[in-house]
Amino acid sequence: MTDRRIRIIEEGFARVLMFLSTSTIVLVLLLIVISILVRGLPAISWEMLSQTPRGGFYFGKEGGILNAIVGSAYLAGGSTLLALVVSLPVALYMNVHLVKRVKLVNTIRFLLDLLWGIPSIVYGAFGFAVMVFLGLRTSLLAGIITVTFFIIPIMIRAMDELFKTVPRGLLEASFSLGATRSETAYRIFLRQGLSGVVTAILLAFGRAIGDAASVLFTTGYTDHIPSSLGQPTATLPLAIFFQLSSPIQEVQQRAYASAFILTCIILIISVLARIFERRYHKNRIRF
Amino acid sequence: MKASGPKIRISHLSITIGGKAVLKDINLQIPEHQITVILGPSGCGKTTLLKSLNRLIDLNHQAKAEGEIFIDGQEILHDTRDVTKIRKKMGLLSQRPYPLPMNIYNNIAFGLRISGRKQKRILDRRVEHYLRLAHLWEEVCDRLRDPASALSIGQQQRLCLARGLAVDPDIILADEPTSALDPVSSKIIEDLFREMKKQYTIILVTHVLRQAIRLADHVVFMSEGEVVEQGSPQNLFSNPQTAQLRAYLTEGN
Amino acid sequence: MGVFYLKRHLRSKIHHGWMLVCLVLVLLMPLIIGFGLTFKSGMLFQERSLGELLFTTDWRPVAGKFGLLPFILSSLWVTILAILIAAPICLLTAIHLTQYAKKWVLKLMHPVIDILAGIPSVIFGVWGILIIVPLVSRYIAPVFDKHVTGFSILSGAIVLAVMIIPFILNILIEVFRALPDELTEASLSLGASKWQTIKYVLVKRAFPAIVSAFGLGLSRAFGETIAILMVVGNVPRMPTGVFQPGYPLPALIANNYGEMMSVPLYDAVLMFAALVLFIIVTLFNLTSRMAIIRLERNQ
Repeated sequence: MTDRRIRIIEEGFARVLMFLSTSTIVLVLLLIVISILVRGLPAISWEMLSQTPRGGFYFGKEGGILNAIVGSAYLAGGSTLLALVVSLPVALYMNVHLVKRVKLVNTIRFLLDLLWGIPSIVYGAFGFAVMVFLGLRTSLLAGIITVTFFIIPIMIRAMDELFKTVPRGLLEASFSLGATRSETAYRIFLRQGLSGVVTAILLAFGRAIGDAASVLFTTGYTDHIPSSLGQPTATLPLAIFFQLSSPIQEVQQRAYASAFILTCIILIISVLARIFERRYHKNRIRF
Repeated sequence: MKASGPKIRISHLSITIGGKAVLKDINLQIPEHQITVILGPSGCGKTTLLKSLNRLIDLNHQAKAEGEIFIDGQEILHDTRDVTKIRKKMGLLSQRPYPLPMNIYNNIAFGLRISGRKQKRILDRRVEHYLRLAHLWEEVCDRLRDPASALSIGQQQRLCLARGLAVDPDIILADEPTSALDPVSSKIIEDLFREMKKQYTIILVTHVLRQAIRLADHVVFMSEGEVVEQGSPQNLFSNPQTAQLRAYLTEGN
Repeated sequence: MGVFYLKRHLRSKIHHGWMLVCLVLVLLMPLIIGFGLTFKSGMLFQERSLGELLFTTDWRPVAGKFGLLPFILSSLWVTILAILIAAPICLLTAIHLTQYAKKWVLKLMHPVIDILAGIPSVIFGVWGILIIVPLVSRYIAPVFDKHVTGFSILSGAIVLAVMIIPFILNILIEVFRALPDELTEASLSLGASKWQTIKYVLVKRAFPAIVSAFGLGLSRAFGETIAILMVVGNVPRMPTGVFQPGYPLPALIANNYGEMMSVPLYDAVLMFAALVLFIIVTLFNLTSRMAIIRLERNQ
């Protein structure tokens, strides 16, 4: 009987620990969002969102971080577009053309997972090497190329996970109607999985806009909004990073405000991605 | 123990899973020291009935049970006392063998240890005893420390039987225990059941008609969550009363 | 009809070709990255050996001394500490969510995990500076009678732990979901309680997968850059305690890109550091994923 009591106490203790662990995770998320909110919100102003840095900005004078916001949007938009051109064909090829070569596809997935695991700073260093090799200077273009490398595996795997759930019967039906494999891929598969593709694009865009380490070497940093691919550009994560390392209070305040803006952007993207994912799972044809 | 009364009495048992009725007003008496075969097409609620007997139905949060189940005159379905005690009364054999992730010896010793028997000498003796009972001892006595997953499927199933017997149950619940096995292993299991019914009350779920004919002392035919007919195999199979059973018998299986 | 047919098949051919080109390019990427970084760090080996770079502690770039050991060790300290913090939390939460929690809790936790996983590194860094660094310097360190700034290996590890928790947790939830229900049923029917079943059967069965999940988390942590850089202190010396500042490899690379072209060989050594990072992380990933695949095959 005491044996049983010990057992019950042990389980109770474990359950308390489990509950605490789970709540810790929720609390930490809340803590992150709240602390960014509390520090960032008071410092935010229309001026911050709508202006580029003026003279003396880095000493706490007027100006905003529009250069970084637009720079990040260009960078993430460009690299997402470029990555899409490569990722979509690969994901389709894996799930339409190679549908019967299960072993091969699994090997490809394995390699993609390895690529996905490579730290962004390594992509950054590699991007720098590529940049020097191509004779480019630090610029929006060099940044876009680097980030593209970095998000391709993420995008392919996200699409692949969704395409995997498209039923085989749809493929066979399409083949039997005389469609070629590529037609099947782009007309049938893509239409069927469009919301899924949008989800994957949003995920990759979120990664691209949030990552700082991969662009440290390649984008340079400037107070101006870039007007061509050859110019250097600021990015939001780097703007936060630089402003925060300043000893001046006002500049640090702006870092928190920038962090708040970035968090909002990421949250919006993640909510959108969830909506499209849900729509994908609701709309797809089941067999 | 009274030899006369039924071992298990089920009265007005209804189970819904997620609002869908899976068992509808089941009334059954299961005699002691006999093999009761529950027969019926797949999806008729056989497995659910079996799982409600040892309260594994509790695992399904969507399941709601009404009615009563008496084992040795004691109601168990709504019993709030230690559910592990109820479960220990019944050994479970499932469709495929699921050996525990440990070696052969510990698969048997696991149940003994958690019920408090920890002396090595006793454990050794018990493990050997139950492995012999399941006719497995000769095959594994020199590799007791090998992982159980290294055994063949048939051997694994007998190991699972021995494992269930080791906690000293009165009742064996078997859910299509031979469906994943080769004919030879199936026969070994069936022979074991015939031997074991002297000491145990056995409830066997199957959809193999011939197995039912070979083993049953008492047959319960279910369809769509209801008990349609029950009785001795001779009566039931030679003289089916309902259209459902007649259809089931002629369709083969 | 004929023209139409030709056009259609030409288009199919072009699509097919482009798909294949992309696939081959993507699959060659690890090789290209490895080769590119090796090439760029090649100059380094004209005067020094691999061992000298990896296993000496003398870091004076201007004097041409590039001992990477302090950075490698810093990385190991921070990463291992982070795993030690994250592992129990992830394991307990995964068990809670898959075995005990009601459905709505799981529904609540999914977006929580997703959002946590999506927060950019730099935001974690900001949060680390706002909360964790003061926490370490004001509350945790004094308990051990230390008076420090808080920019330390411990702060880095805590921030890192939070960052890898969603990553590990997602894998663990999948692992526990994939366990067959019949295993639980078998154990329960032997009279084991739910907790005994979890402890002796489920966790034991999933153990190799759990370790692999931690391995993947470890490699993810090893490459994290910006957040760590912001809270870890960045002092290039051998780490001696968790309240001391550290200087992990990724932080080294990120912090010095500005001057890397002005000191001879500095760029080469940073590329070499990236190569080391690449190799370590990929090896970790490779073994962990192989282990998971082998496990799935056995089940």
